[in-house]
Amino acid sequence: MKLRQIAKKLALTVKAGETNLDAEVTGGYAGDLLSCAMAGAHKGNLWVTLQGHLNIVAIASLIELAGIIVTENKPIAQDTLAKAAEEGIPILATPLTTFEIVGRLWEMGVRT
Amino acid sequence: MIADCGFRISDFGNSQFEIRNPQFEILADLHVHTVLSPCAEVEMIPPFIVRRARELGLGLIAITDHNAAANCEAVMRAAEGSGLAVLPGMEVQTSEEVHVVCLFDTLEQALTWQGIVFNHLPDLPNPEETFGAQFVVDANGEYIRTETRLLITSTDLTLNDVVQRVRQLGGMAIPAHIDRPMASLLVNLGFVPPGLDVPALELFRLTRPAEAIAQWPELARWPLIRASDAHQLSEMTPALRLHIKEPTLAELALAFAHKDGRSFALVERQ
Repeated sequence: MKLRQIAKKLALTVKAGETNLDAEVTGGYAGDLLSCAMAGAHKGNLWVTLQGHLNIVAIASLIELAGIIVTENKPIAQDTLAKAAEEGIPILATPLTTFEIVGRLWEMGVRT
Repeated sequence: MIADCGFRISDFGNSQFEIRNPQFEILADLHVHTVLSPCAEVEMIPPFIVRRARELGLGLIAITDHNAAANCEAVMRAAEGSGLAVLPGMEVQTSEEVHVVCLFDTLEQALTWQGIVFNHLPDLPNPEETFGAQFVVDANGEYIRTETRLLITSTDLTLNDVVQRVRQLGGMAIPAHIDRPMASLLVNLGFVPPGLDVPALELFRLTRPAEAIAQWPELARWPLIRASDAHQLSEMTPALRLHIKEPTLAELALAFAHKDGRSFALVERQ
């Protein structure tokens, strides 16, 4: 499934990286400890977190994630968005909780 | 025994780094809690902290309660005439749940910072039975009041906000126990953020720098200090040896950078 379809179906707001929404999503990872995301997320995954720190972009870039969903409308730092735009990493925002977003992704067939 | 923590004065060995001012060697513990921290033992009152510090040969401590600075003055007063210097400070929790030690030269700066932090903390009551009580005490350790506000939680200030605002006040921010499995820079944020503008990083009191560098090679580029994060008297430790002219933040910054003849070294635990 492509990120663009997921964004549309879950009504996610695209905050950065809109040029890379046609990436194929291979699965997902949820969590807010970046050290765990680095160890547990895989290439092509969609990462669901409420962290908006700049380091999320570096991790997404390093692992070649399909994108990041920031939940609960948590603030995303300006430098995070700027770097994501530069790196072409899609960052999508939602008012929903991580629990709810992950449940819906799973229902849609995005599974690890 | 002194741990290997990078350059020492003797490593330079030329007049470029000659000591212009009289220096003294001082043992420091820059991260000590009091009974204002709900997780601290009731023994963490000013006279006991000062006495323990002197027993350990400490010449400098910093008082760093969770998101609060109300007991700094009491410890500073308790230390008057003892030969122990006390820096007022705080251990603030950022929006990323990273703990950062904030140090100041003056009580006024610390209390100004306290006002800012309280404006960025959720106004919730502290559930004493769960987290423990938060006591404000005087220099003798006598009870003054209970802080009823929840201190063990995150501010909505980001790590960068904290670093910048503390500096604007003339203070110094040092990420705390960066290698601990929770509430730490390396675990919560994965690695040291590029461009992080702090003078040093604090390792947990039991960590040897070589161990930390083996796990996170990027740490080799940083001044790595160590402090106790003491929540009870037996945890206080003279973990840091400083060669400075006086116990001020300006001197600490020089020591962390090994500049102008100032320096620091870690003291290995026995």
